[in-house]
Amino acid sequence: MFNRTRTMLQGIAGMALMAASAVTAAQAQETVKIGLIVPMTGGQASTGQQINNAIKLYMQKNGDTVAGKKIEVILKDDAALPDNTKRIAQELIVNDKVNVIAGFGVTPAALAAAPLATQAKVPEIVMAAGTSIITERSPYIVRTSFTLAQSSTIIGDWAAKNGIKKVATLTSDYAPGNDALQFFKEHFVAGGGQVVEEVKVPLANPDFAPFLQRMKDSKPDAVFVFVPAGQGGNFMKQYAERGLDKSGIKVIGPGDVTDDDLLNGMGDAVLGTVTAHIYSAAHPSAMNKSFVADYKKAYGTRPGFMAVGGWDGIHLVYEALKKTGGKVDGDALIAAMKGMSWESPRGPISIDPDTRDIVQNVYIREVKKVDGELYNVEFATFDAVKDPGKTKK
Amino acid sequence: MTLLTILFDGVAYGMLLFVLACGLAVTMGLMNFVNLAHGAFAMAGGYVCAILVNRSGLPFFAALPIAFLVSAALGALLERTLYRHLYARSHLDQVLFTIGLVFMSVTACDYFMGSSQTFIHLPDYLQGQIDIFGLGVGRYRLMIIVICGLLTVALQLILSKTRFGSRLRAAVDDPRAASGLGINVPQVFALTFAFGCGLAGFGGALGAEILGLDPYFPLKFMIYFLIVVTVGGSSSITGPFLASLLLGIGDVAGKYYVPKLGAFVIYTMMIVILIWRPNGLFGRANAR
Repeated sequence: MFNRTRTMLQGIAGMALMAASAVTAAQAQETVKIGLIVPMTGGQASTGQQINNAIKLYMQKNGDTVAGKKIEVILKDDAALPDNTKRIAQELIVNDKVNVIAGFGVTPAALAAAPLATQAKVPEIVMAAGTSIITERSPYIVRTSFTLAQSSTIIGDWAAKNGIKKVATLTSDYAPGNDALQFFKEHFVAGGGQVVEEVKVPLANPDFAPFLQRMKDSKPDAVFVFVPAGQGGNFMKQYAERGLDKSGIKVIGPGDVTDDDLLNGMGDAVLGTVTAHIYSAAHPSAMNKSFVADYKKAYGTRPGFMAVGGWDGIHLVYEALKKTGGKVDGDALIAAMKGMSWESPRGPISIDPDTRDIVQNVYIREVKKVDGELYNVEFATFDAVKDPGKTKK
Repeated sequence: MTLLTILFDGVAYGMLLFVLACGLAVTMGLMNFVNLAHGAFAMAGGYVCAILVNRSGLPFFAALPIAFLVSAALGALLERTLYRHLYARSHLDQVLFTIGLVFMSVTACDYFMGSSQTFIHLPDYLQGQIDIFGLGVGRYRLMIIVICGLLTVALQLILSKTRFGSRLRAAVDDPRAASGLGINVPQVFALTFAFGCGLAGFGGALGAEILGLDPYFPLKFMIYFLIVVTVGGSSSITGPFLASLLLGIGDVAGKYYVPKLGAFVIYTMMIVILIWRPNGLFGRANAR
């Protein structure tokens, strides 16, 4: 009886000691909190998963302390619904006192959090959403993904210069689709090309048959396609089923249609598709090779462009903290991020000091078979492309 | 020539809609049970087929009947454990219960299969087009028309000519008198329900190639199933069959000729038909 009481007392004393030491350790080393708001469920879930995976991988490789501070990532799922995003961002800023909010799978989600970032002077790192206007909505927004205008204008220029005269367009009828169409058309037509058919496909309907028949009947040299990454496979399969590949009609577009995440499942119909995009898992740099290998080892799949957005986003936060010497003040962090440049798995990138948007290479790629797997193989590079959606103004 | 291609695509699309939705016509029309979770069984069939073909390397045509059987077994299991208790409840209870099942199936599928699109690896001879008198015919769509056509005939025969068909009709029209005659009504219902779910699974496996397959399948296509059953009227198989064909052709033709209206053609058709015949094309005037 006495024995047992004594052991218990010893146990309690030990636990108290441990708790006390934990408190002192926490005091000695402050934490920097990052609120990561991404869709982990719902139709956009693969975006959130890729970003979260990449961030975890980055922290494994680079440790979780920077400039004497411990980094803590608080993951929240907004299912890509802007109402959720706003509520979660508010909770993170007010209750959890986060120093940075990050993630944002779709444009409306990034926009919903923008006023909060401004009000609380908390940096908002956009790692996925891709319409041009986002960074203009708050001086605290910095983007590490891409804009649709970046890739769509480049493929427009490239097509006009490479013997494609007549193009039929097929785009999903929502904001990113319309962005892609508009920027492509401007550049393609300016380069002397002609758009012979323009079809906007409703987002909800995945049977492309009638639209593809229309494409075929308009006899273009190429079809310009933008559909959300998830539907790319369906599109490619039906394109082949309708015999468009045999009638010599090429597929061109921004790279979402051949996302690395899904490319392998699409089958050989996708071979020869030419797209312009910021990242390919086949990007031939030593850094990317180790990135892809590590990612594959950790998660069993290939990283797509969303993973790279997450990787660079967390890198940006780490480097900014190093520059401020661990100061977490929002204005100081944003000032540190402006103009920062570094080597990413996608190649050299930098943050435009004027727009806080990403400046990066855009690559022209063709889908080819490498070691029995399908890859976007890069064959031409447009260096340091700024977002054309802004430079125009 | 284009007109024929459109017609062909429309028929294939309609047939597919029919196989997917006719199980729902059976449960909703014959058993008077509102089963909004119908699409979840279709999705189950699609995933079963995908797993068998992609991971186990089973031939596509061998995987199709297994997709039917697994979905049917799943349906039978749920009927015995869950659905049975809701036959006597109000339609609202049934709707709430089954929509809950849909959300559970979406999340479960997301967890086990991942949220991105799954593709079934088709054999080469089902890909591409063949040329019939200058008309480009998609091989996969041709196969859908053949299989679904045979299935429709078989269904019609089962319902009208077999002993099981007459038992089912008796059980539906007057369950008390039917059980008085020695018909095991719960068993007939269970079999029918399982068969309906099996058909959905079969349709899901066939349709994955054209409609796509992801965890949101049951939500995305619920509306289409309901349109088919509403427009066709739920008291027979012929109604939903003709409705599916009409809607399939209308949808495809609408998207081809007036792409700007695109997705709305199918809804417009539904509204017009329902104004003209409020109980559906072949609905009974005194439908319950």
